[in-house]
Amino acid sequence: MPPAPRQPETLREAIAGSSAMLFARDAEACLDACGAGLPELAGAGVLLRTRGQLAAALGLVALDGVARRIVIAPPDVKGEHLPSVIARAEIDAVVGEDETLAVEGTPFIKLQQTQVSLPLMREAHRKGEVVSACEADFLGGERKLKPEGVNQTLPLGAQRPGGGGVGSDGSAKPTELPTEGVNKTEWVLFTSGTTGEPKMVAHTLAGLTGAIAHPPLRGGEQSASFANAGAGGARSIARDAQGGGGQIVWSTFYDIRRYGGLQILLRALLGHASLILSDAGEDVADFLTRLGRHGVTHLTGTPSHWRRALMSPANAAIAPRYVRLSGEIADQAVLDSLKARFAHAAIGHAYASTEAGVGFEVTDGLEGFPASYIGRPGAVQMKVEDGRLHLRSPRTASTYVGGGPALRNDGWVDSGDMVEQRGERYYFMGRTGGIINVGGLKINPEEVEAVINRQPGVRASRVSGRKSPITGAIVVADVVLADAANDNATFRETILAACREALPAFKVPAMLRVVPSLPLTAGGKLSRHA
Amino acid sequence: MSVAAMVVEQFRQVAREQDKPLVALSPDTVLLESGLDSLCFAIIVARLEDQLGVDPFTTSEDVYFPVTLGDFIKFYEDAAGSQAA
Repeated sequence: MPPAPRQPETLREAIAGSSAMLFARDAEACLDACGAGLPELAGAGVLLRTRGQLAAALGLVALDGVARRIVIAPPDVKGEHLPSVIARAEIDAVVGEDETLAVEGTPFIKLQQTQVSLPLMREAHRKGEVVSACEADFLGGERKLKPEGVNQTLPLGAQRPGGGGVGSDGSAKPTELPTEGVNKTEWVLFTSGTTGEPKMVAHTLAGLTGAIAHPPLRGGEQSASFANAGAGGARSIARDAQGGGGQIVWSTFYDIRRYGGLQILLRALLGHASLILSDAGEDVADFLTRLGRHGVTHLTGTPSHWRRALMSPANAAIAPRYVRLSGEIADQAVLDSLKARFAHAAIGHAYASTEAGVGFEVTDGLEGFPASYIGRPGAVQMKVEDGRLHLRSPRTASTYVGGGPALRNDGWVDSGDMVEQRGERYYFMGRTGGIINVGGLKINPEEVEAVINRQPGVRASRVSGRKSPITGAIVVADVVLADAANDNATFRETILAACREALPAFKVPAMLRVVPSLPLTAGGKLSRHA
Repeated sequence: MSVAAMVVEQFRQVAREQDKPLVALSPDTVLLESGLDSLCFAIIVARLEDQLGVDPFTTSEDVYFPVTLGDFIKFYEDAAGSQAA
């Protein structure tokens, strides 16, 4: 058996020599050149806050191995939460592509594509091609590979042990660059839970890439794509999918600033494969057309993403060899529909979460997973306790950042997903605590109930998930009125209008029913399973 | 009310509630170009299930997702018909 390839220390090391492309909606970048990092940020805690996914990808490459901690902000983290995020995660600077992303009171550093992709632009220019987003930087000449707006006396790490500090005279002294090796950067991701203060979980690059086999570093071995470099689990299906030969072009419906999308970015970077980035403002047909134009071979998303793609005539533009679902329960209908539409693709559904990391992949075309997975040896161990799936692996998040419950118990992470065994198979039954998963977005029923309950004339409410073949679930509400005589369509509409005012659309009950009473448990709590 | 009329009524109703601009509907209207998003369709499917007593997405033997409004209506007509039979 050949020795396992060495794990790259940083992303820039991992992509050295790659000629893969990152395709964004209006721009492309080649990763051939690792370029410069952001040395000014050595040892700093950084909030990476970008508008575009291309900038986020380039920022991660520039910061990994330099910063002490990168907090990756997905676009839906609200501005009002940022000061708290900055305090809790001990952030020294915000990095983004333009100043409108700055947060008051925290130094802002502008990220330029030149930091990672200048040599490509040179080549593209020579070939007479236009690389739109890079063009301005290139035509500006050999702009210094230095971020704009860095205050040289930025007291980075002033309060951090091991970082820079404040001199005895009170003046800030710059953070010293590490003398050898690279910083081990902590990667912090937001969970998709959306109640109140966003939760942040810490990962390491090694943990995030634990499920990814990759080619040996450097040398002329790029053809040994990651898909060939390992065996078992998630790798084998990708290897099957590679049977057709040729270049791998990844894409994902996910935003790469979320766990599911980040996995695909890392797979592409480590596999020296190209990646087509999605864009929140782009409609499905345009995205599918773009995927077809760039020849996508490996495509991933939630079951809800896939159902939407199946409903678009533009899905005729793509013929992926590898189709993957994750982030929600993949039901038999969506698996069968994908098999019918993409007859030649290897189709798998993966289990992963921001906290538990990548768990396992199911490739037999059936919903649920084989009971034999429980208790089997391997990098990822699984057990079922109180009907909930628990995972233990090097890929789980290490901790919550800035406070939160203990994430691991004796190394085990409670996934919060309920499973039920029927015969030789386990099936997913939904989330504990009544959490509702609408197309991969998680909702705490209590949050919606709080909005309903504060409407005049409402006595109590119970919000729950109703199964949906389109989005997995939708939110529905049962409401008890103070005076049942008030029940009429106008009153129900008033309650829903208040919800629309206070909540994003996916949290607003799709149906609201007035009921005479709500069942309580023996303990006097609202019964969520009645 | 016919199945087709109930479907169209739900499209209009949900578009109004979700504040989505609905295109002029015809049998050839591509669902994803109707102005409605996935959440809207999820709501429409749940309400039609309550009205008609069927959810063809879950019960259908056919493995496909409707692409046009015409497909969608036929999907429901077939399901409602086979249930009545």
